[in-house]
Amino acid sequence: MTVSEAAKALNMKILAGGDKTSLSRDIRHIYTGDLLSWVMAKASEGDAWFTVMGNINALAVASLADCACIILVENAVLDANAKEKADSISMPVLQTGRRAAEMIIELDTLMKTE
Amino acid sequence: MSSSISLHFDVSGDDFTRAGEASTQVKKTLKKIGYDSDAIRRVAIAMYEGEINMVIHAGGGTADVEIYPDRVDIVLTDEGPGIEDVEKAMTAGFSTAPDNVRSLGFGAGMGLPNIEKYTDSMRIETEIGVGTKMFLSVNAGGSNS
Ligand SMILES: Nc1ncnc2c1ncn2[C@@H]1O[C@H](COP(=O)(O)OP(=O)(O)O)[C@@H](O)[C@H]1O
Ligand SMILES: [Mg+2]
Repeated sequence: MTVSEAAKALNMKILAGGDKTSLSRDIRHIYTGDLLSWVMAKASEGDAWFTVMGNINALAVASLADCACIILVENAVLDANAKEKADSISMPVLQTGRRAAEMIIELDTLMKTE
Repeated sequence: MSSSISLHFDVSGDDFTRAGEASTQVKKTLKKIGYDSDAIRRVAIAMYEGEINMVIHAGGGTADVEIYPDRVDIVLTDEGPGIEDVEKAMTAGFSTAPDNVRSLGFGAGMGLPNIEKYTDSMRIETEIGVGTKMFLSVNAGGSNS
Protein backbone atom coordinates (compact mmCIF):
# COMPACT_ATOMS: atom_id res chain seq x y z
CA MET A 1 0.00 0.00 0.00
CA THR A 2 1.37 3.40 -0.94
CA VAL A 3 1.43 6.45 1.30
CA SER A 4 -1.29 8.18 -0.69
CA GLU A 5 -3.48 5.07 -0.69
CA ALA A 6 -3.12 4.87 3.09
CA ALA A 7 -3.91 8.57 3.45
CA LYS A 8 -7.06 8.13 1.42
CA ALA A 9 -8.22 4.87 3.00
CA LEU A 10 -7.76 6.16 6.53
CA ASN A 11 -8.96 9.66 5.82
CA MET A 12 -5.72 11.41 6.79
CA LYS A 13 -4.65 14.94 5.97
CA ILE A 14 -1.39 15.38 4.09
CA LEU A 15 0.31 18.26 5.90
CA ALA A 16 3.64 18.42 4.11
CA GLY A 17 6.25 16.61 2.08
CA GLY A 18 3.77 15.05 -0.29
CA ASP A 19 4.94 15.04 -3.86
CA LYS A 20 4.28 12.48 -6.56
CA THR A 21 7.31 10.34 -5.73
CA SER A 22 7.07 10.47 -1.96
CA LEU A 23 3.34 9.71 -1.96
CA SER A 24 3.71 6.73 -4.25
CA ARG A 25 6.24 5.11 -1.94
CA ASP A 26 5.26 1.73 -0.56
CA ILE A 27 4.58 1.34 3.15
CA ARG A 28 6.36 -1.84 4.18
CA HIS A 29 5.83 -1.95 7.93
CA ILE A 30 4.33 0.02 10.77
CA TYR A 31 6.22 1.57 13.66
CA THR A 32 5.17 3.72 16.59
CA GLY A 33 7.00 5.64 19.32
CA ASP A 34 7.89 9.12 20.51
CA LEU A 35 11.39 8.76 21.95
CA LEU A 36 13.53 9.81 19.04
CA SER A 37 16.63 7.83 20.03
CA TRP A 38 14.51 4.75 20.33
CA VAL A 39 12.80 5.26 16.99
CA MET A 40 16.09 6.08 15.33
CA ALA A 41 17.52 2.76 16.43
CA LYS A 42 14.48 0.57 15.83
CA ALA A 43 12.44 1.92 12.93
CA SER A 44 13.15 0.31 9.59
CA GLU A 45 13.18 1.32 5.98
CA GLY A 46 9.71 1.92 4.56
CA ASP A 47 7.95 2.26 7.91
CA ALA A 48 4.83 4.30 8.42
CA TRP A 49 5.82 5.96 11.70
CA PHE A 50 2.98 6.86 14.07
CA THR A 51 3.95 9.53 16.60
CA VAL A 52 3.01 12.78 18.33
CA MET A 53 6.42 14.32 17.58
CA GLY A 54 5.95 16.99 14.95
CA ASN A 55 9.24 18.82 15.41
CA ILE A 56 12.16 19.18 13.05
CA ASN A 57 14.18 16.52 14.85
CA ALA A 58 11.45 14.00 14.07
CA LEU A 59 11.97 14.83 10.40
CA ALA A 60 15.69 14.17 10.72
CA VAL A 61 14.98 10.83 12.40
CA ALA A 62 12.42 9.79 9.78
CA SER A 63 14.85 10.69 7.04
CA LEU A 64 17.84 8.91 8.60
CA ALA A 65 15.76 5.81 9.38
CA ASP A 66 14.31 6.01 5.86
CA CYS A 67 10.66 5.90 6.93
CA ALA A 68 7.99 6.06 4.21
CA CYS A 69 6.01 8.67 6.11
CA ILE A 70 5.29 10.24 9.49
CA ILE A 71 1.74 9.99 10.77
CA LEU A 72 0.86 12.50 13.48
CA VAL A 73 -1.91 11.11 15.65
CA GLU A 74 -4.49 12.82 17.85
CA ASN A 75 -4.01 16.00 15.83
CA ALA A 76 -0.45 16.47 17.08
CA VAL A 77 0.94 19.64 15.57
CA LEU A 78 3.59 19.95 12.87
CA ASP A 79 5.88 22.91 13.68
CA ALA A 80 6.43 25.51 10.98
CA ASN A 81 10.14 24.71 10.55
CA ALA A 82 9.36 20.99 10.58
CA LYS A 83 6.88 21.55 7.76
CA GLU A 84 9.50 23.41 5.79
CA LYS A 85 11.96 20.57 6.33
CA ALA A 86 9.40 17.93 5.32
CA ASP A 87 8.78 19.78 2.06
CA SER A 88 12.47 20.21 1.35
CA ILE A 89 13.31 16.53 1.85
CA SER A 90 9.97 15.23 0.51
CA MET A 91 9.05 13.30 3.62
CA PRO A 92 5.26 12.95 3.73
CA VAL A 93 3.70 14.03 7.03
CA LEU A 94 0.11 12.90 7.47
CA GLN A 95 -2.25 13.77 10.28
CA THR A 96 -5.27 12.22 11.92
CA GLY A 97 -7.43 13.08 14.91
CA ARG A 98 -7.64 9.46 15.93
CA ARG A 99 -5.46 7.47 18.31
CA ALA A 100 -2.38 5.53 17.21
CA ALA A 101 -3.71 2.17 18.37
CA GLU A 102 -6.91 2.34 16.31
CA MET A 103 -5.11 3.63 13.26
CA ILE A 104 -2.44 0.97 13.39
CA ILE A 105 -4.97 -1.84 13.65
CA GLU A 106 -6.83 -0.50 10.65
CA LEU A 107 -3.77 0.09 8.55
CA ASP A 108 -2.43 -3.35 9.41
CA THR A 109 -5.71 -4.96 8.36
CA LEU A 110 -5.70 -3.03 5.10
CA MET A 111 -2.10 -4.00 4.39
CA LYS A 112 -2.82 -7.67 5.05
CA THR A 113 -5.88 -7.81 2.82
CA GLU A 114 -4.13 -6.10 -0.07
CA MET B 1 44.13 1.71 0.96
CA SER B 2 44.45 5.00 -0.87
CA SER B 3 40.93 5.55 -2.14
CA SER B 4 39.06 7.23 0.67
CA ILE B 5 36.63 10.12 0.91
CA SER B 6 37.10 12.72 3.64
CA LEU B 7 34.25 14.85 4.90
CA HIS B 8 34.32 17.61 7.49
CA PHE B 9 31.39 19.26 9.25
CA ASP B 10 30.90 22.00 11.80
CA VAL B 11 28.05 21.11 14.10
CA SER B 12 26.47 24.28 15.39
CA GLY B 13 25.78 24.34 19.09
CA ASP B 14 23.15 27.02 19.23
CA ASP B 15 20.73 25.54 16.76
CA PHE B 16 19.20 22.32 18.02
CA THR B 17 16.95 22.24 14.99
CA ARG B 18 19.87 21.82 12.64
CA ALA B 19 21.27 18.74 14.34
CA GLY B 20 21.25 15.86 11.90
CA GLU B 21 22.55 17.81 8.95
CA ALA B 22 26.00 16.24 9.06
CA SER B 23 24.69 12.69 9.42
CA THR B 24 22.14 13.27 6.66
CA GLN B 25 24.91 14.50 4.38
CA VAL B 26 27.08 11.48 5.16
CA LYS B 27 24.18 9.16 4.52
CA LYS B 28 23.56 10.81 1.16
CA THR B 29 27.19 10.47 0.17
CA LEU B 30 27.31 6.79 1.16
CA LYS B 31 24.12 6.08 -0.77
CA LYS B 32 25.46 7.80 -3.85
CA ILE B 33 28.57 5.65 -3.94
CA GLY B 34 26.48 2.53 -3.42
CA TYR B 35 27.77 1.67 0.05
CA ASP B 36 26.57 -1.39 1.96
CA SER B 37 23.08 -0.44 3.16
CA ASP B 38 23.37 -1.98 6.62
CA ALA B 39 26.57 -0.02 7.19
CA ILE B 40 24.87 3.18 5.99
CA ARG B 41 22.13 2.71 8.53
CA ARG B 42 24.57 2.07 11.37
CA VAL B 43 26.70 5.07 10.44
CA ALA B 44 23.59 7.28 10.28
CA ILE B 45 22.33 6.19 13.69
CA ALA B 46 25.68 6.46 15.45
CA MET B 47 26.59 9.76 13.90
CA TYR B 48 23.21 11.35 14.55
CA GLU B 49 23.36 10.40 18.22
CA GLY B 50 26.88 11.81 18.41
CA GLU B 51 25.81 15.01 16.71
CA ILE B 52 22.82 15.43 19.02
CA ASN B 53 25.07 14.90 22.03
CA MET B 54 27.48 17.60 20.89
CA VAL B 55 24.55 19.99 20.45
CA ILE B 56 22.76 19.17 23.72
CA HIS B 57 25.70 18.60 26.02
CA ALA B 58 28.72 20.38 24.55
CA GLY B 59 27.64 23.50 22.67
CA GLY B 60 28.49 22.03 19.28
CA GLY B 61 31.66 20.68 17.75
CA THR B 62 33.06 19.14 14.60
CA ALA B 63 32.65 15.86 12.78
CA ASP B 64 35.31 14.30 10.58
CA VAL B 65 34.34 11.34 8.48
CA GLU B 66 36.64 9.11 6.48
CA ILE B 67 34.98 6.68 4.09
CA TYR B 68 37.05 3.64 3.08
CA PRO B 69 35.83 0.81 0.86
CA ASP B 70 35.55 -1.49 3.86
CA ARG B 71 34.80 0.84 6.76
CA VAL B 72 33.75 4.32 7.86
CA ASP B 73 35.66 6.18 10.57
CA ILE B 74 34.00 9.05 12.40
CA VAL B 75 35.69 11.46 14.80
CA LEU B 76 33.47 13.79 16.81
CA THR B 77 35.28 16.59 18.63
CA ASP B 78 33.88 19.14 21.02
CA GLU B 79 35.12 21.65 23.55
CA GLY B 80 32.27 21.07 25.95
CA PRO B 81 32.32 20.27 29.67
CA GLY B 82 33.65 16.73 29.23
CA ILE B 83 32.11 13.58 30.69
CA GLU B 84 32.71 12.98 34.38
CA ASP B 85 32.07 9.26 34.51
CA VAL B 86 32.16 7.62 31.09
CA GLU B 87 31.07 4.23 32.34
CA LYS B 88 28.03 5.76 33.98
CA ALA B 89 27.28 7.86 30.89
CA MET B 90 27.31 4.65 28.82
CA THR B 91 24.58 3.11 30.98
CA ALA B 92 21.23 2.89 29.20
CA GLY B 93 18.86 5.44 30.71
CA PHE B 94 21.51 7.69 32.26
CA SER B 95 21.04 11.28 31.16
CA THR B 96 21.79 14.78 32.35
CA ALA B 97 19.67 16.34 29.59
CA PRO B 98 17.41 19.22 30.69
CA ASP B 99 13.62 18.97 30.50
CA ASN B 100 13.25 21.13 27.42
CA VAL B 101 15.40 18.65 25.50
CA ARG B 102 13.36 15.77 26.85
CA SER B 103 10.14 17.31 25.66
CA LEU B 104 11.60 17.28 22.16
CA GLY B 105 11.97 13.52 22.28
CA PHE B 106 15.63 13.31 23.31
CA GLY B 107 17.39 12.79 26.60
CA ALA B 108 16.30 9.20 27.14
CA GLY B 109 19.90 8.24 27.89
CA MET B 110 20.03 5.91 24.92
CA GLY B 111 22.46 7.81 22.75
CA LEU B 112 25.78 6.37 23.89
CA PRO B 113 24.37 2.82 24.24
CA ASN B 114 22.96 3.12 20.70
CA ILE B 115 26.30 4.28 19.39
CA GLU B 116 28.03 1.35 21.03
CA LYS B 117 25.48 -1.07 19.67
CA TYR B 118 25.63 0.11 16.08
CA THR B 119 29.37 0.66 15.67
CA ASP B 120 32.14 -1.91 15.47
CA SER B 121 34.41 0.16 17.64
CA MET B 122 33.92 3.15 19.90
CA ARG B 123 36.48 5.03 21.97
CA ILE B 124 35.92 8.12 24.11
CA GLU B 125 38.63 10.56 25.16
CA THR B 126 37.32 13.16 27.55
CA GLU B 127 38.64 15.71 29.99
CA ILE B 128 36.59 17.81 32.37
CA GLY B 129 36.51 21.44 31.27
CA VAL B 130 38.41 20.67 28.06
CA GLY B 131 36.14 18.58 25.87
CA THR B 132 35.31 15.21 24.43
CA LYS B 133 36.54 13.28 21.43
CA MET B 134 34.74 10.20 20.17
CA PHE B 135 36.29 7.78 17.71
CA LEU B 136 33.75 5.58 15.98
CA SER B 137 34.18 2.97 13.31
CA VAL B 138 31.65 1.00 11.30
CA ASN B 139 32.69 -1.94 9.12
CA ALA B 140 31.02 -2.46 5.77
CA GLY B 141 29.76 -5.93 5.20
CA GLY B 142 28.51 -5.86 8.75
CA SER B 143 30.19 -7.75 11.57
CA ASN B 144 27.84 -6.00 14.00
CA SER B 145 24.05 -6.21 14.47
N1 LIG C 1 29.72 15.27 23.98
C1 LIG C 1 29.37 15.23 25.27
N2 LIG C 1 29.85 16.15 26.15
C2 LIG C 1 29.53 16.12 27.46
N3 LIG C 1 28.71 15.19 28.01
C3 LIG C 1 28.20 14.23 27.20
C4 LIG C 1 28.49 14.19 25.81
N4 LIG C 1 27.85 13.13 25.27
C5 LIG C 1 27.20 12.54 26.27
N5 LIG C 1 27.40 13.18 27.45
C6 LIG C 1 26.89 12.80 28.79
O1 LIG C 1 26.51 11.43 28.75
C7 LIG C 1 25.13 11.30 29.09
C8 LIG C 1 24.50 10.16 28.33
O2 LIG C 1 24.49 10.42 26.94
P1 LIG C 1 23.39 9.71 26.02
O3 LIG C 1 23.48 8.24 26.26
O4 LIG C 1 23.55 10.19 24.62
O5 LIG C 1 22.01 10.21 26.64
P2 LIG C 1 21.26 11.60 26.49
O6 LIG C 1 21.92 12.38 25.40
O7 LIG C 1 19.88 11.20 26.15
O8 LIG C 1 21.37 12.30 27.82
C9 LIG C 1 24.52 12.64 28.79
O9 LIG C 1 23.34 12.90 29.49
C10 LIG C 1 25.66 13.59 29.20
O10 LIG C 1 25.70 13.75 30.59
MG1 LIG D 1 22.32 11.57 23.56
